[in-house]
Amino acid sequence: MANIPEDLHYSKDHEWIRVEGDVGTIGITDHAQDSLGDVVYVELPKAGDIFAAHEAFGSVESVKAVSEIFTPVGGEIVEANEALQDEPEKVNSDPYDEGWMIRIRMRNPGEVDSLLTAAEYEDFTKAEEE
Amino acid sequence: MSALALKQTSLNAVHRRMGGRMVDFGGWDMPVQYPAGTVEEHLRTRTHAGLFDVSHMGEIDVRGSDAISFVNRLVSNDAAKLVDGQAQYSALTTPEGTVIDDLLVYRFNPEHLLLVVNASTTEKDWDWIKSHHKDERVELQNVSADFCQIAVQGPDALRILQTLTETPLDEIKYYHFREGTVDNVPAIISRTGYTGEDGFEVYAAAGRAEQLWNKILDAGNHGTPEGVLPCGLAARNTLRLESAMALYGHEINETTTLLEANLGWICKLNKGDFIGREQLAKQKEEGIKRRLVGFEMTERGIARDEQEVLISGERIGRVTSGSPAPYLKKNIGMAYVPIAFANEGQQIQIDVRGRAVGAQIVKTPFYKREKQ
Repeated sequence: MANIPEDLHYSKDHEWIRVEGDVGTIGITDHAQDSLGDVVYVELPKAGDIFAAHEAFGSVESVKAVSEIFTPVGGEIVEANEALQDEPEKVNSDPYDEGWMIRIRMRNPGEVDSLLTAAEYEDFTKAEEE
Repeated sequence: MSALALKQTSLNAVHRRMGGRMVDFGGWDMPVQYPAGTVEEHLRTRTHAGLFDVSHMGEIDVRGSDAISFVNRLVSNDAAKLVDGQAQYSALTTPEGTVIDDLLVYRFNPEHLLLVVNASTTEKDWDWIKSHHKDERVELQNVSADFCQIAVQGPDALRILQTLTETPLDEIKYYHFREGTVDNVPAIISRTGYTGEDGFEVYAAAGRAEQLWNKILDAGNHGTPEGVLPCGLAARNTLRLESAMALYGHEINETTTLLEANLGWICKLNKGDFIGREQLAKQKEEGIKRRLVGFEMTERGIARDEQEVLISGERIGRVTSGSPAPYLKKNIGMAYVPIAFANEGQQIQIDVRGRAVGAQIVKTPFYKREKQ
């Protein structure tokens, strides 16, 4: 059973966001990393890059495939998780903590309200599997 | 068969029970990986042993006094060179010298051969073979559904399989086989594989697949850190790619000739006539214009199938297979490039989704096991 922490917000593209003030920390969910399999490469943006909500900000690659990753909210990249360059497997082993991908300064923190709660995301992933 | 009804091997329920992630592979419902994951499956096969369900492969039985001459007219390698109990890598070729399929030809006796072909091309091959049957005294049968095929591969494969058979496995030479039993199930035990490791492919009645699968897992201490691991198609692909073995539909197809694909060693142009011989002889004389090469990435990035190869911004070729190589811990691939650039050390770039990433042509195979 996939781990879905209560205190995060979720997108239908299987990203999570943790909000602190106007900065959001973003990664992919446990369900997403499990579907991908062994993550071997993560391509992330630079600080200062600007993205609109739901825009692809990078990609994550397993042995078998490449998947784009989308930011659930718009804004400016504050920091990307450089540690994933050498240890991309952290996305698998610790998707909600050491496997984080970007911190983004939100242009419109209200965008978070349109995202899914943990319970809603759980229902969403169940419905997708059926 | 409708697009929705995927074909299943007799191990389908076992794969599901073991947590295999099932995908549509050329019309077959097959496990792409198990819970251990592709990297671990790959590494375990290189260091201990991996178990693969390859029952989806096709088998075509050829019997009769003209079996060898009939097959030899359709394939590029020389089936007349086989002895009883030997297997040979070969190809079905078009009149243009391109590839209908690659296959193994097994010789049981001079009047009985078995052709083992790729899953997704079995029907095409069967139709092609039947359509070329004229007055030769042979009886052809598509026996694909009768067989399961289970591959146990890796340095521990012999030891594991030996516990289940009285056939002395160390006496079977590479690319040879014996008929015997595995766990008292009649089987063809073939010292062949698609991983670059020592190992065996076991053919038996489809209904005995689950018994053999479970016995091999038990004999190989499945569930322990150094035990045999069931492996999905993703690991099968990375293992064969590290060993630079061609995959039909990628390195070879009906637009590539055997010579371009470095398969000149299975083109026996002097064995007598076969379909495609004339064109292959002509191409050999005139020289090929492009060649399949191996490359490794020199900059961060992973090449993928179908991406373009660049030199100084110019598009000169295309990737046939690209992937991380879990054992070598590099990102590697194979590609067709014009002959002028097909040299070790040649710097190239791969167009990775719009980004030109550096790579270098290297010697193949990328991985070669140390002989004991």
